[in-house]
Amino acid sequence: MIAEKTRLAITGAEAVAHAMRQINPDVVAAYPITPQTPIVENFAKFVADGIVDTEMIPVESEHSAMSAVVGAAAAGARAMTATSANGLALMHEIVYIAASTRLPIVMPVVNRALSGPINIHCDHSDTMAERDSGWIQLFAENAQEAYDLTIIALKLAEHESVLLPVMVNQDGFIISHGVEPVEILPDDVVRNFIGEKKPRYSLLDVENPVTYGPLDLYDYYFEHKRQQVEAMENVFEVFPKVVEEFAEISGRKYNFIEPYRLEDAEHVMVALGSTNGTIKDVVDELRAEGKKVGLLKIWMYRPFPKAEIQRELYGRKTVVVLDRSMSFGAEAPLYAEVKSALYEAPAKPLMGSFIYGLGGREILPEHIRSAFEMAVAGELVVDDQKYLGLRE
Amino acid sequence: MKTAKLIEYLRVDRMPTVWCPGCGNGIIMKATVDAIDRLGLSKSEVAIVSGIGCSSRVTGYLDFNTLHTLHGRAIAFATGVKLARPDMTVIVMGGDGDMLAIGGNHFIHACRRNLNLTVIVFNNSIYGMTGGQYSPTTPTYAMASTAPYGSIEKPFDVVDLATSSGATYVARSTVYHYELTVKFIKAAIEHKGMAVVDVITNCHTYFGRYNKIPDPSEMLEQFKEKSIPLSKAEELSENELKDRIIIGEFRKVESPDFQELYKQLQEKARGEDGYKA
Repeated sequence: MIAEKTRLAITGAEAVAHAMRQINPDVVAAYPITPQTPIVENFAKFVADGIVDTEMIPVESEHSAMSAVVGAAAAGARAMTATSANGLALMHEIVYIAASTRLPIVMPVVNRALSGPINIHCDHSDTMAERDSGWIQLFAENAQEAYDLTIIALKLAEHESVLLPVMVNQDGFIISHGVEPVEILPDDVVRNFIGEKKPRYSLLDVENPVTYGPLDLYDYYFEHKRQQVEAMENVFEVFPKVVEEFAEISGRKYNFIEPYRLEDAEHVMVALGSTNGTIKDVVDELRAEGKKVGLLKIWMYRPFPKAEIQRELYGRKTVVVLDRSMSFGAEAPLYAEVKSALYEAPAKPLMGSFIYGLGGREILPEHIRSAFEMAVAGELVVDDQKYLGLRE
Repeated sequence: MKTAKLIEYLRVDRMPTVWCPGCGNGIIMKATVDAIDRLGLSKSEVAIVSGIGCSSRVTGYLDFNTLHTLHGRAIAFATGVKLARPDMTVIVMGGDGDMLAIGGNHFIHACRRNLNLTVIVFNNSIYGMTGGQYSPTTPTYAMASTAPYGSIEKPFDVVDLATSSGATYVARSTVYHYELTVKFIKAAIEHKGMAVVDVITNCHTYFGRYNKIPDPSEMLEQFKEKSIPLSKAEELSENELKDRIIIGEFRKVESPDFQELYKQLQEKARGEDGYKA
């Protein structure tokens, strides 16, 4: 049954703070960093007003924030933090600890360029640096999705066959500071959806003592890594069930990917995050002009939904991949992975790689149109990395 | 200091600054330039290193050899600069959150090591750039965006922290006391070894607004009223000193700095006949 909803005009950061309020985590530890700050600031108000039961500590760095959250999660608590860019980079070593000790932590990440030179605006270089850390990575297109995916992430993370941490990415400033209408579910509906956390192994269960993170050398380390692979594979079974349940309470349907006007599309663009909204508009324009174009939006980047991507991209003439980050000296992250997914395709599409929006550089409809036009004109050259909105 | 002279040391093309009108950061920036000018140091002899935060933007405005680094890491980067170029005057400038929270470890270890650095703490008791979160120097029960009913944590006393960690020159001033600030920064630069100058400054935009003193001149007036020279403070009880800002030179001792000891060690290891394994 679809629950009654409240519609608020709020930013992506506020939307996520509301999701956190409804999740009502036991512990939140955080450190200020632009553009994440308003999430924790709004949440701090909920704590101070006694609206949530959370124990909150503004610690002395992100390194400490993630450490405190790992400690709390190991003790059986629902623990959350949020960060951006250099904050995420400073957490890096504990990001790996969280995943490898199988702690279902949910962390909103407000994407921002990982300096230098110093830059506070949006790109995906921060989260891409964590793509091999063992976290599940979800990307929101707008404030509504940031809210929804945070709630979905919690249920997914805590599923007993998953038990992995999740980053919920939203584009810095574009989503985090932009005001949009967001439908907020009733508190009790969210609480019923996520349920009570029932930790199987808790440091506070003194009758059944456990240890987290002990020395694990060539005797068992390798097996533990193999188990992380298994947990990631389980996401492919669990996630569709979680989003289906979420659709029942919200009416909003999520998946690994979102196909947009793909039915007979010959030329398909693939992208992450807020730019998908702009691409949809451009697709509509080009469709009106009779061009067979479409969009494949990626909601889940880790684990990488290869089978779904293959299903949607097999048989297309061209595939244009947009990346908001780079891998210097190699192919851009999303491009490389989409290309790899198409290795087994019976007829390989022509592929194009476009870098856009680094450090918050504006991405305009005409940029997207120009990439599509190159695809339609058959001008793409495989692995020839191109740049949208760059002065050269 | 005359404006014409001041702007010789500034990158005026990078101005106006990001600082709010009435911010004390500009006073500290000018005091630093004034101290350098009075010492007759040339621009090329001075390196200025900063981290992240409102005050750390100072390296964008100062026309010296400047290094704008990561949040909390200015002292670590400055350590590298000083070791590579012991002949240079290396000044670190940054805020209380930058130096004492995320960079607290570097701060205490540079003090312990008695590295020949000048560290100027722009102490406004709040994270200004990110929107007024409470910092390691926010007074207990003061308001902040992350402490809407007051902070329950105890603040660091920068002077106590620097002194107990081993800094050999430690002083405190406020932005109200411009001449004193120049004097202490000058003494800090002249000092051989780790020198820390804690300058109390105003973030009326966040600290002030949250704590009912939103007017910058009122905050400066309060600094004037609350300040008490160290010599007078020594005669007062702990209770009488509550909420007072004690200003003055707290520590000024001669002690071999890191590089002097390093040189001695090298000479000893080499022995009289040159290097011996």
